[in-house]
Amino acid sequence: MKKINTKQIDRRSFLQATALAGGGVMVGLYAPEVLSQAPGGRGGGQGAPAALNPSFYVTINPDNTFRIVGKNPETGQGIKNALPMLIADEMDVAWSQVQVADADLDPRYASSAGIGAGQIEGGSTAIPQNYTGMRNVGAAARMMLISAAAQQWSVPEDQLTTTGNGSVRHATSNRTATYASLASRLPSITAPAIANVKLKNPADFKIIGKDIGGVDNMKIVTGQPLFSVDQNFPGMLHAVLEKCPVFGGRPVSANVDEIKRLPGIKHVFLVDRVAIQGQGQGLVPGVAIVADNWWNAQNARKSLKVVWEEGAVATQSSIGYATQAKDLAAASATALPAGGGPAPTIVGDVDAVFAGIAANPASGKIVEAEYMIPLIAHAPLEPQNSTAIFKDGKLEIWSPSQIPALANAAQGAGIPNTDVTMHLVRAGGGFGRRLASEYDTEVAKVARLVTEERAAAGLPAVAVNLLWSREDDMQHDNYRPGGFHYFKAAVDSTGKLVAFRDFVASVSSVSPAGEYPRGFVPNFWVGVRNVAPFNIPTGALRAPGTNGVSFIMQGIMDEIAVAAGKDPLQWRIDVLNSPFTPPPPPAPPAGAPAPAGGGRGGPGGGGGAGGFNASRAIGVLEAVRDMSNWNTARARLPRGTGMGVAFQFAHAGYVAYVVEASVDANKKIKINRAWAAIDIGRQVVNTSMARNLVEGGFVEGMSHTMAWEITIDKGRVTQGNFAQYVPARMGNMPATLEVKFLQTDNNPTGLGEPSLPPAVPAIVNAIAHATGVRIRSLPIKNSGYSWT
Amino acid sequence: MPNYTVRVNGRSVQTGEVPAEMPLLWVLRDTLNMKGTKFGCGIGACGACTVHLNGNAVRSCSTRIDAVGVVTTGTAAATVPANRAVVTIEGLSADGSHALQKAWMEVDVPQCGYCQAGQIMSAAALLARTPRPNDEQIATAMNGNVCRCGTYLRIRQAINIAAGRR
Repeated sequence: MKKINTKQIDRRSFLQATALAGGGVMVGLYAPEVLSQAPGGRGGGQGAPAALNPSFYVTINPDNTFRIVGKNPETGQGIKNALPMLIADEMDVAWSQVQVADADLDPRYASSAGIGAGQIEGGSTAIPQNYTGMRNVGAAARMMLISAAAQQWSVPEDQLTTTGNGSVRHATSNRTATYASLASRLPSITAPAIANVKLKNPADFKIIGKDIGGVDNMKIVTGQPLFSVDQNFPGMLHAVLEKCPVFGGRPVSANVDEIKRLPGIKHVFLVDRVAIQGQGQGLVPGVAIVADNWWNAQNARKSLKVVWEEGAVATQSSIGYATQAKDLAAASATALPAGGGPAPTIVGDVDAVFAGIAANPASGKIVEAEYMIPLIAHAPLEPQNSTAIFKDGKLEIWSPSQIPALANAAQGAGIPNTDVTMHLVRAGGGFGRRLASEYDTEVAKVARLVTEERAAAGLPAVAVNLLWSREDDMQHDNYRPGGFHYFKAAVDSTGKLVAFRDFVASVSSVSPAGEYPRGFVPNFWVGVRNVAPFNIPTGALRAPGTNGVSFIMQGIMDEIAVAAGKDPLQWRIDVLNSPFTPPPPPAPPAGAPAPAGGGRGGPGGGGGAGGFNASRAIGVLEAVRDMSNWNTARARLPRGTGMGVAFQFAHAGYVAYVVEASVDANKKIKINRAWAAIDIGRQVVNTSMARNLVEGGFVEGMSHTMAWEITIDKGRVTQGNFAQYVPARMGNMPATLEVKFLQTDNNPTGLGEPSLPPAVPAIVNAIAHATGVRIRSLPIKNSGYSWT
Repeated sequence: MPNYTVRVNGRSVQTGEVPAEMPLLWVLRDTLNMKGTKFGCGIGACGACTVHLNGNAVRSCSTRIDAVGVVTTGTAAATVPANRAVVTIEGLSADGSHALQKAWMEVDVPQCGYCQAGQIMSAAALLARTPRPNDEQIATAMNGNVCRCGTYLRIRQAINIAAGRR
């Protein structure tokens, strides 16, 4: 990254660069329909109407460096690299010439055919929905610069090439012109229509498909302010919001005056609920404490005495949900109780198969098993927070949201969307937690209250950072739904899967009605009945739809293979090679609301990006088999060591893991090695971040496997901090994790989500192979296991 | 409330009036406006707030300011004993030239990056004492630092590189 010194830009060159706001020419023309919808006063915060901003996507600086906007929220998935890399490569500039800039929330980046897909982080959608659009932006810029050079030299465009470092070359006359020297001509050059944009041959990529280090790495390793919680402004105040520990509760009264007298405390407010459509809990009512520093505000909570109206959820508990699930399963052992929910998904007749095997035991084998996954919290390392200032009736906010939206802040402050300016800032982890944006609503509300109270005292407006404690974060999340699954399945005498039945006692659970082995077994039944009441907020966590279901489905399939006396990897391939005439699409999952906050999970885990392709699943299984030397190594493992496999189709990607793990007599587990084979299409954008995301997905899977669960007691969360919600740590790491990307002729897709789900069953299946003991309930610490 | 003088990254600075039990983390972040040291858990369970105190890696969220600073009387900074010297990520090197910072860049360790300052400070304390740690020593020294994104394999690789082992 080259650093630009703005002082070096003199007035003339600044005007040149501004004319390049005609660089707005470059992009503005792409999406006139979006521009025409742009309300004034958004984005730049200067109150300007929808005038083009010189930094919309690309600014050509006088020193021939290039400022490229990374428009999407960055929480560690690497999109702040990936999208600008796509533009830069097609523009044919060197990455060392690029400075990546953060974006504001701006309607000009909204979804538009051929350009991009808004400013959203969720569902591993940023690459599939922006891959071509960002390339179009860069390629159009390159074409326009060639047109500019053709004008300047009066030569035909087809005699001109670009050099890969931001210059146009005319070989015949041996002339070269930097993009910067051509920039002043751009406003008069018509941008090409999307259909006429010429993209590079991927063989000519110089940036895409390479290891490109994170654009913020230097700031990260030197501790420069960067994250949401690092925002700082003169006189800024710090806020906490004490919420009712019971979901749905509210404060009736509090010792506000006493708290106001504590050291450093500036303001104390009882805050009412602000419900926001599609925003989960919205602003939960509570007591806001505002102080000169965060610790004073947080420390005052120890003295806070609140009378809570806890509400109806205080009667609910995890133990109660589990008891209800068992009762529902008993009532649904042969058929679903009438009237209690939607009809089951039925293919063929599983009961006839089970009856036939019962009558003639030599004709097959029946496997029955109960699986359970818990609620889990996201626990990003940066607790929820946001920063805002309310001044002159308008709000300016610095948001770490994955789906930033003006409305979240506007409704908190009680002002129109058009009076909000929202800047997007890097967040310390997302994992789906920041799909909900309560902190934006909270800080907007509190910032307004602070400004009004200060104004009454003759004081000017100041910014407020509202920061949750770790306990707030863990106890007021939108949790990954749990689930109780009651399986009965059958293989025939040759080991072929012939019947598969799953009853789901749902706690907002994901139904596997469309999940593998659906479509590969002639008799299939999935029914769902709801545990009720269940009023714990749930939402999308990394790979919603498959992150827990993968453990369940790849676990039961593994034990069916073992019961059939088959190699579990080859048996999976055999099943995939035996498609059953695909039935019509399944009905919506019974009683299961769509994942909150726009998560794109669902049956099959396709993430809305296409159907399940068995040959791609076979491809990753065969690759990981060969990488791990499965066929020979697995038979030679020492006693107490096992190898397990799992695969998953998740959010348009295919991932298979093999794990080698050792388990000692005290149930101490060491993951020795792991292998991952991945098919996310024909092009990985940033190979370094891609491998990093796979390693991270596997490590997250270790946390899910061993330790992570959220339990409810009297309507409140039991766990509060990392001491009770223990993440995988350095000492738990395998010696190696080999990652291989298969290049297949499919559209590129994202990787944030697909890398997680099958890690969990691969680990548990390895333990089963090592010990002969099948674990059917997460987390496995509850079965007495721990890491070495 | 007392006004403490603390010695941070080689400079004596005054905190202004803060409670004696206020953790060093919040003095650094909110009083001295040094945002490199991060808040993750508040109970010393995640390591995001790791700094060096007298060369040892400590969790600044659980280190009281009165254990680090010296009460200032009058306007001049108090004298802080050498064994109370604090080094934060900002003081490791201003320009990213510390061997660990360079290795972190080379390996492209971060995902979200939020934990990495704490990781680097724990690793720096390790290398200062054990210049060529083996993987077991790395695991022991780094086990208190959570990386929610799961970059441990790269952290281990970067420490090995900084230790001169490729």
